[in-house]
Amino acid sequence: MTARQQVLQLYTSNSAVSSNVVAWAFHDGTSGRGPGLPEADDGAPPYGTGVEALEDGWRLLQMSALVDPIEGSERRSSYLRYELLLERMVDLDGPSSHGRLRP
Amino acid sequence: MGTASLLSTMDVARFVADGFLRFDSVVPTELNEAAMLELEHLRRFAPFEGDPLRPRSGTPLADCWPPGSAIRRIFDLPVVAGAIRSLVGTTPVYDHQFCHHIPAGSTRAQDLHCDAAVDSFDPTFDIQVFYFPHAVPVGAGGTRFVPGSHLRVVHENSVARYQHVVGERFYAGEPGTVLIFHHGLWHAGQANPSAHDRWMFKVRLNPDGSQVRQWDTTDYDDVVFGNWDHMFATMEHGRPTVASELRRSHRWTAGGQDRLDIIERVHLWRYLADDPDFDVDWYHTRTERRARLVDGTA
Repeated sequence: MTARQQVLQLYTSNSAVSSNVVAWAFHDGTSGRGPGLPEADDGAPPYGTGVEALEDGWRLLQMSALVDPIEGSERRSSYLRYELLLERMVDLDGPSSHGRLRP
Repeated sequence: MGTASLLSTMDVARFVADGFLRFDSVVPTELNEAAMLELEHLRRFAPFEGDPLRPRSGTPLADCWPPGSAIRRIFDLPVVAGAIRSLVGTTPVYDHQFCHHIPAGSTRAQDLHCDAAVDSFDPTFDIQVFYFPHAVPVGAGGTRFVPGSHLRVVHENSVARYQHVVGERFYAGEPGTVLIFHHGLWHAGQANPSAHDRWMFKVRLNPDGSQVRQWDTTDYDDVVFGNWDHMFATMEHGRPTVASELRRSHRWTAGGQDRLDIIERVHLWRYLADDPDFDVDWYHTRTERRARLVDGTA
């Protein structure tokens, strides 16, 4: 069996996995031989929430810790705070021409 | 510098909220054609001292590029000169320029980034003028940028992991269009899947004098109100106001971090308007009032 990892980073509007996805990134260890992301309309994310990704078979590996505000910079904004790191493994030897998701 | 068509108060508020302004087809065709020859020259020859089309960093904008050159004439256009003056004052200086040339079919895209390194927390800002001499059709890979990202203090391409941001834009437009960015706006040059080379000329300008109320303030008293303008209390409504502009959410911040963005915008507006009491939705005022209880000045 030849297994490869696909990684999906979702950035959500707050710390809840069920909150709205506001940014995302996809890294495909199958070099296109595995399944892609759901197609979405005109700049919309592939999943509306983190929960929708779980429902589509993605496994949640990590989510951002809630970080204590630091006095003096408690109102600063910088990076997207709420990141969900998800993966799925793809068996490239499976019967499908687009690989087979590995349980 | 030529005569200036200054921005309005609401134009500047929109810049504070979005981090950019757009001026469609403001450069006439003959200037676009002349500019292309100068851009090709800049692209062909490496920087060297003495090229009049390459000013030294720190040169007053008024002394940049030879009189009569296309680039000089573009920066003298009233709408361009007016926007620059409105944002960085009457005596801006040249920081640097870069001529982007993306050949047809190029597959290389920049990562999302801001220029140039992590910046100061104070509200002063530079602007970057992006000039597009020819048409960029939808889908031809025009500059990607994220409205409302400019006040997030990050370091250069540390935001590269954000491959897609909800509400991001990809520039497309007619020849002679100019965008003006706050220096902190996240952006990235894109691949060029079209059959035509793509050109863009960028100039960064620093303020070297006051940035306070450099725009046309004729409308100021009609659109700026006291710090009581609070969407959960009493606010001006039914007409555009600076407060309504500054509380406007972007799709990628809505429902989460947008209140911090509003706080940063008010910080910038207070600086630009020299109005330390200005506020939107009481975010600054409530904590400032309580702070006076602690330091005994209440």
